[in-house]
Amino acid sequence: MKLTVDGVAHEVDVEADMPLLWVLRDELKIKGVKYGCGIAQCGACTVHLDGEAVRSCQIWAEDAEGAEITTIQGLGQPQALHAVQAAWVAHQVAQCGYCQSGQIMQAAALLAEDPDPSDAVIDDVMSGNLCRCGTYPRIRAAIHTAAATLREA
Amino acid sequence: MGRLKTYSRRAFLVGSVAVAGGVAFGIYAVRTPHENPLDGALAEGEVALTPYLRLDAEGVTLITPRADKGQGAYHVQAALLAEELDLDLAQVRVDPGPPGAAYWNTALAAEAAEFSVPSAGLMRNVAETAVGAVMKMMGMQITGGSTTVPDQFDKLRSAAASARETLKAAAAKQEGLDASALRTENGTVILPDGRALPYAALIPALAGVDVVQDVALRPPADWRYLGKPMQRIDMLAKSTGTQVYGIDLEIDGMVHAAVKLNPAQGGALLGYDATEAEKLRGVQAVLPVTGGVAVVADNTWRAFRAAEAVVAEWGPSEMPASMDDHWQALAAAFTRDRQDSRQRDDGDIETALAGAEVIEAEYRAPYLAHAPLEPISAIVRVEDGKAEVWTGTQVPRFVQKNVAAIAGIAPEDVTLHVQMMGGSFGHRLEDEVVKRAAEVAVQMPGVPVKLTYSREEDMTHDFPRQIAMARLRGAVSGGKVTALDLDIASPSVMVSQMGRQGISVPGPDSQIVSGAWNAPFAIPHHRVTGYRAPELAPVSSWRSVGASHAGFFHNAALDELIHAAGADPLEERLRLCNDPLARQVLEAVAEMSDWQGVLGEGRGRGVALTTSFGVRCAEVVEVRVTDDGIKLENVWVAAEVGRVLDPVNFENLVQGGVIFALGHAIHGEITYEDGIAQQSNYDGYPAMRLSQAPEIAVRGLENGDNIRGIGEPPVPPAAPALAGAIFAATGTRLREMPFAKFVAFA
Repeated sequence: MKLTVDGVAHEVDVEADMPLLWVLRDELKIKGVKYGCGIAQCGACTVHLDGEAVRSCQIWAEDAEGAEITTIQGLGQPQALHAVQAAWVAHQVAQCGYCQSGQIMQAAALLAEDPDPSDAVIDDVMSGNLCRCGTYPRIRAAIHTAAATLREA
Repeated sequence: MGRLKTYSRRAFLVGSVAVAGGVAFGIYAVRTPHENPLDGALAEGEVALTPYLRLDAEGVTLITPRADKGQGAYHVQAALLAEELDLDLAQVRVDPGPPGAAYWNTALAAEAAEFSVPSAGLMRNVAETAVGAVMKMMGMQITGGSTTVPDQFDKLRSAAASARETLKAAAAKQEGLDASALRTENGTVILPDGRALPYAALIPALAGVDVVQDVALRPPADWRYLGKPMQRIDMLAKSTGTQVYGIDLEIDGMVHAAVKLNPAQGGALLGYDATEAEKLRGVQAVLPVTGGVAVVADNTWRAFRAAEAVVAEWGPSEMPASMDDHWQALAAAFTRDRQDSRQRDDGDIETALAGAEVIEAEYRAPYLAHAPLEPISAIVRVEDGKAEVWTGTQVPRFVQKNVAAIAGIAPEDVTLHVQMMGGSFGHRLEDEVVKRAAEVAVQMPGVPVKLTYSREEDMTHDFPRQIAMARLRGAVSGGKVTALDLDIASPSVMVSQMGRQGISVPGPDSQIVSGAWNAPFAIPHHRVTGYRAPELAPVSSWRSVGASHAGFFHNAALDELIHAAGADPLEERLRLCNDPLARQVLEAVAEMSDWQGVLGEGRGRGVALTTSFGVRCAEVVEVRVTDDGIKLENVWVAAEVGRVLDPVNFENLVQGGVIFALGHAIHGEITYEDGIAQQSNYDGYPAMRLSQAPEIAVRGLENGDNIRGIGEPPVPPAAPALAGAIFAATGTRLREMPFAKFVAFA
């Protein structure tokens, strides 16, 4: 099975129904993608599939074949941050940080679609991503900052 | 200026000890020093200046005895070190040190002693010494009780200050100069001629230099980092997916294990059929463990899937059959022979109530799961009489002891590598996952076994927050609250939790009444009595522990009486408050929220004040009634912590604590049928989502002499303040959590 992840083509030998989450984490060792619930309740495993934010725990490996998959580690790197990541650093959003990969991927997909989201839109789109530490106030602020940065770019 | 003087360095700096190739500072509180945990663990060319920091060719590493579960413990400790050692904060490396009894938690011991001897002074000091010594001997290198900052504040700065002066002494000796002519900056000793000697270059010169022990700590006015907004050292990694948590770790040759445990809590494994599981791809072994079966495979998902395919026969749980039985056990615990404590007994409550119109009410708090987003995991390898463990834990000494017992080896032959944790909220004060990983590992010698719990196994086998019940009898007169008698029953968290580690906890359990017995109000007749219910479900510390139920009960009870008196919830609290520091946090939230009593139609505010972990914390919650239900609009929080070390992290932790508490107050409940948890994932155990999160304004007060941690104290006042707001907006009095059982939320 051929998968393109963060711009790199990979050949993997896995079951057709192995969730993309586990292909990424255990086969390709991309650990920035997190396991939290396995049932699309927490959003920690969020990646982009052809630009769309999806829960990778719900995507079978065979259904990801041929798609462009982007993970948190392909969105940007510590020395070359995506605007959303830069906003997360500037607002110091994270506490434990475990959900933040998924939060950032969800926010990046939102801003690609809606460059100036209202609070109501942010509430709606981001409420599928659970943060047990309760960093929501900073997530809201960081999204507005990232939106402004992207609009100026 | 009494501030900070309460921290006597003499209390723990009584000497220094030699370690391989150099010297180390000992921070010991009783006469016999503990072994220095770094002794023997140092590589060639390393000099350990203190058990709290290591200097090697690459620079300075913080050896932190406290675990980081998201609260920024590594960051704040690195800042304490950087402040006195003149380092660039961003350059401080962090190494969770090996387990060592020298890292005992003084602040946790002091907190325990405060309850057993409530009067200050000599007796209390004796108790602190006694309890502290006992805890030290037990090796309670625990991260908990919001104690990292109070415990480490002076220890780490003292260690760093001694290291700095010792490095200057070494440089002075090497260069033939007087140490007073030297200064330090950015990880170097600066000579009078302007040359900068990196600390690492002075390692050889440290040999034969006496440790400089009597070093004054820098006054807050001179601080470069502390007290100012800082960039947390883990922010970049946690924003780029590059932070490695325990669940992410891979060891060469590692196998992946999953468990299928008896869903009936505590029940046995009677038998199992692994035929179907063994046919699945990647499955290497199916092995029995305590209370269940472990599957070993070549991938986490394959292990999960195969575990589901195991057919097991389970023994029953000893827990009560239904939740009604749990509650009845609590209701039956309000008896004289189950009385656990009565630390508050002001005035003459019985006489006061005898002649009054008595107001009565009953309150309940449910079982709650910890449910940090990172499921629990551990890697264990056992080989040739040694074991190595990688896991995120708050109790490293217990992990070492328990793995040693399973492997049949000595605790010192267990090497533990503590990992960054994706949340805990008390969950990682337990070590069941490590024990089960060790049970698998001893059956596969030499192979690193990584056991990852599925979310379902994690949640259904959590040891939850205790359930609790309270009964109020009270009276009012002349528009004032005059009598409050609160009986609180719950199982003992401490007995349950420590019992699993083979430690018996004598005496009353302060957690049954925490946040209630010490409520800072001069109600003329005021009594708080704790009753110890039998253990029903095994329970464990959950963020803010006993104050999470008792803080709700006491504030809710007080609100009922204030309403009956026709008084204002905030004004009456201020009138009754007899603790200056508590009064200041109440005044702060009154000012921040512009408290004006009754709001317009469909809006309401509530207020609550709790003292937990030494922190007075007041919160005002404002709600609005909408077509979709109750909408949380605003929260104002003021907390007295003595010193705010990092205002940014402080604000984040307080906001997070409020959201955590409100989310559970609204939604959270674990229920058991025949000992089986009925909630197994976030669909059945919802938490607050971003769309529900209110605006939260935070103020840290610095009026007290004692520096305090902020991880837990924002939790207890949130639920009662919300209940008060809902009452003000709707007239519905909520006496039982979760509130969503009784009212709809937007």
